[in-house]
Amino acid sequence: MALFSREISREEEPPLLRGRAGPARAGGKGGRLIVGAVSLVALVALWAMAAWLAQSRHFPGPVAVGAAIGAGIGSGELPYHTAITLARVAASFVVAFAIGSPIGIVLGRFGKLDLFFDSWLILFLNLPALIVIILCFVWLGQNEAAAVTAVALNKIPNVAVILREGTQAMPPGYDEMATLYRFNWWTRLRHVHLPQLAPYFAVAARSGLAIVWKIVLIVELLGLSSGVGFKLNMYFQSFDVANILAYALSFIVVIFVIEAMLLRPWQSAANRWRP
Amino acid sequence: MSALSIDIRRKVYGSGAAGRLAIAGLEFEVREGELVCVLGPSGAGKTTTLNIIAGLDSAFEGEVRLTGRDAHRLSYVFQEPRLLPWRTLIENVALPLKGRPDARSAAAGWLDRVGLNGCHDLYPGQASAGMQRRAAIARAFAFGPTILLMDEPFVSLDEKSASELRGLFAALWKAERVTTLFVTHDLAEAAGLATRVLIYSTSPATIAADIAMPAARGAASLKEAEQMLRLALQRAAGSGPAAGDRSNFEPGPLGIG
Repeated sequence: MALFSREISREEEPPLLRGRAGPARAGGKGGRLIVGAVSLVALVALWAMAAWLAQSRHFPGPVAVGAAIGAGIGSGELPYHTAITLARVAASFVVAFAIGSPIGIVLGRFGKLDLFFDSWLILFLNLPALIVIILCFVWLGQNEAAAVTAVALNKIPNVAVILREGTQAMPPGYDEMATLYRFNWWTRLRHVHLPQLAPYFAVAARSGLAIVWKIVLIVELLGLSSGVGFKLNMYFQSFDVANILAYALSFIVVIFVIEAMLLRPWQSAANRWRP
Repeated sequence: MSALSIDIRRKVYGSGAAGRLAIAGLEFEVREGELVCVLGPSGAGKTTTLNIIAGLDSAFEGEVRLTGRDAHRLSYVFQEPRLLPWRTLIENVALPLKGRPDARSAAAGWLDRVGLNGCHDLYPGQASAGMQRRAAIARAFAFGPTILLMDEPFVSLDEKSASELRGLFAALWKAERVTTLFVTHDLAEAAGLATRVLIYSTSPATIAADIAMPAARGAASLKEAEQMLRLALQRAAGSGPAAGDRSNFEPGPLGIG
């Protein structure tokens, strides 16, 4: 009997598994950097070629835009307005998380509340950003507080929904353990709940950063007299596409840096326990 | 002195017509310093009993009384270790001790006692299943419980690790003498560890047998005890809950009890 089963198991020997993380896969940090750089250069080349083919004042190539960026930095205007916009993004981001995440966690934990407030959440999720912005300016006046409120209000439902999902996905086992060993609410939050929610915070932060800065631009365009959005509006009046692209690109670079310097290191720190 | 008295009159799973009566009239006491093993058919409500005692399940009719100073200080070793995977082993053991100035050193001491010297800073995901169980046991003892609940803590381990851990647990228990309720389906485990064995009837559960185990057991009497428990368990599974009556239970021809 034993012999027989050994025969079978030899027949069904699993196929040899080969690792794919060899040098051919350009793995590692260096490899990823090279691929990223090559892809970026290709994109710029494509842009240069399209601009050269178009030969239009309204479609400047990389050189013209680079010159506009240089001039903007030289005059100090570009860093100034970029910094203002960035401050607004940061403020709205913080407010949106400070309000949205407790709402999401509470809704995820208490089903009855969730049942009641679900329709509210859907309503706010689907309220166009533009309407919230206009209403904030009408009710609060055209000032910083109104701007930050408007942007935060646009992001809060999104943060709440993502964290509600995360809270509902937490298995009850760890909570039971925490109850049994008498964790106080702070210990429970810090050591049991937040680590489980970390991936959801990361998703909300990633998508948040991308959305928040776009909404900040609209707010600035509609009702403020500083910031990247305000400058874009100005250059739009004169159809100055080189400067429009200069501001847009500069801000994208800033977001890139934030992503690489803040979000990614935080994420890998939060994931260091994963085997 | 009884440390724990249980009177679960009714425990129903689900509601309405779909409800399943899991426990009906389950009554027993555990005295201080006892190690009571609970045996019974699967689905008989053994884990449910532990959850009710631990206060994790309050949807039942009846009452659970814990006596003694700080009586509600319970430790529970679950079937799966339930260590926080994002905290190291030592942090997992130290977290329940928060507020004690020596939390970390106490946790370190307990990890050493369960044989995890040099592994304090591993994350659970980096430790083997057996090491995770050891850490869970360290956490349970370190908490300094008045009552220790164990729910098949060595299940799903290979036999070698399971028997190592059984030996470790027996040694710790002898040193600490903490009142323990130990659910298992392993007869040898019950025969080797328990000072008393409770056998559940099939669902809805009542106590089908209540057997005191002799204090000193050699290898031969261990086999006998196991055999006796097997017979008692068969009788409990064969008899319905109505026929289960602890006062009438005879330990059988082997004469242990």
